[in-house]
Amino acid sequence: MARLVCRRMTRYFMIPALTIENLSKSYSNGFQALKGISLEVRQGDFFALLGPNGAGKSTTIGIICSLVSKSGGRVAVHGVDIDEDFPAAKKFIGIVPQEFNFNQFEKVRDIVVNQAGYYGLPAHLAAERADKYLKELGLWDKRDVASRMLSGGMKRRLMIARALVHEPKLLILDEPTAGVDIEMRRSMWDFLRKINAEGTTIILTTHYLEEAEALCRNIAIINHGNIVENSSVRDLLKRLHREVFILDCAAALPESIAIEGFVTRVIDEQSLEVEVEKGQHINEVFTQMDRHGIQVTSMRNRANRLEEMFVNLVEGAA
Amino acid sequence: MTPREQFIAFMTILRKEIKRYTRIWTQTLLPSAITMSLYFVIFGSLIGSRIGDMGGFTYMQFVVPGLIMMAIVTNSYSNVVSSFFGSKFNHSVEELLVSPTPNYVILMGYVLGGVTRGLLVAVIVTIVSLFFTHLHIHNWFVVIAIVLMTSILFALAGFINAVYANNFDDISIVPTFVLTPLIYLGGVFYSMELLPDFWAAVSKLNPLVYVVNAFRYGVLGVSDVSLPFAFGMIALFTVAAFVFSMHLLNSGKRLRQ
Repeated sequence: MARLVCRRMTRYFMIPALTIENLSKSYSNGFQALKGISLEVRQGDFFALLGPNGAGKSTTIGIICSLVSKSGGRVAVHGVDIDEDFPAAKKFIGIVPQEFNFNQFEKVRDIVVNQAGYYGLPAHLAAERADKYLKELGLWDKRDVASRMLSGGMKRRLMIARALVHEPKLLILDEPTAGVDIEMRRSMWDFLRKINAEGTTIILTTHYLEEAEALCRNIAIINHGNIVENSSVRDLLKRLHREVFILDCAAALPESIAIEGFVTRVIDEQSLEVEVEKGQHINEVFTQMDRHGIQVTSMRNRANRLEEMFVNLVEGAA
Repeated sequence: MTPREQFIAFMTILRKEIKRYTRIWTQTLLPSAITMSLYFVIFGSLIGSRIGDMGGFTYMQFVVPGLIMMAIVTNSYSNVVSSFFGSKFNHSVEELLVSPTPNYVILMGYVLGGVTRGLLVAVIVTIVSLFFTHLHIHNWFVVIAIVLMTSILFALAGFINAVYANNFDDISIVPTFVLTPLIYLGGVFYSMELLPDFWAAVSKLNPLVYVVNAFRYGVLGVSDVSLPFAFGMIALFTVAAFVFSMHLLNSGKRLRQ
């Protein structure tokens, strides 16, 4: 019995949260936004879909949630093909779009409760869920306020509450923290980590690459309608050939300083930029700095590591 | 979606629609009451008293059914056109499009929203008319059937207009340049018998002629057109509008990219 349950559970979790095969989209003006992309997102994953503006990210998301018609290919959500049973597939999906797409004259709570109604949730359950997510996302005090009165960050959280009210298994967020201040972004990250830990698969598009690095386990980079990279964040970062660090020092640096085996550049009198190639050890830099009698007080990456990789991949594909 | 879930989705849309137009009642319910009161005063009492009988009734009694129907037509139409275009304009229609709610439920929700507003305004206008004349209903079945069919037909027409509209000008063009002339030339204020044969024949291409006359039959028992033919024409226009609206929703034309 236990083996049977185990086998069924294994089979269930083997179904990907999202399967995309040879997905293509050509708009009426002839622009080919997607050129036959394939992608798979496992259940429980925290997945980033990255790419420059116009790369095809929003088109892909639009097709998954039915706002854009595909030209070819196949999309399945939790094993349900959208061509065979789109309503069933839609029940698995919660979508947080890039632009605010709610009625600005409606009250905050009404927006969330109505969305629950569109998924067929009975009134008492809709109210219960709406209250739960409004509280969790810090919007409870604003529940009876017209949504136009909310700040930009609050509007984004309202869209997350609305997307979660039917408790989807797959949550898709299209640049959820765009224009949100740092504190609110961090609290949103915590919330997304929490619901991911509870089992919700999350797909995220973002321009903040540190966000993708901080949150996501797997990543796909899309450019000119093609997937140019699809791997885990860890594997991707391992492939970085070079990292640039900035070392802040306790005292002024000598006029000429050379760290043997490393390319360095003095940024200002107390900051030094050091390039560390793959295979080199940063300990060697500290050893030599110590030899020069220089105390390093702090160290940081010049740019986000994923950002460097992203630029390499996108520019390489251009 | 199960039938029960579909019903919940339908009621959600309908409730939202009713909440919307009752919240802004000074823009949606009050204007019709005031406009129709003015019609009753000017055409019914002041001018009507000099016109004399029409179709065997006082002019006031003759125009009341047409004016009630005019209120139903304009309100059911304008409710759906403004609400659905508004949701398209601010993209909140996407809330429905991404949900599993079937297209026919979306259409029915908006149409019933327009129908309820049409009926509510009809009740208000009827109450106002009772201050000016005595109304005796000749055939309740005809009255109820025509009111429902007409409000559904024009709510569907408003939906089609909203789908095609690109800006707020587009949702006022049809009511101003098509609907209003059709209403005025649809026999609200005169009997078809007064028209020369040619224009009487041309008038029969106007769907409002059937609507107004069928309703007038229900209230007064007189009509310029055959009642079964009027019912048939309204039903035909309604089915055509429903099929076309469903085609627009299913194809995603102007709603999905």
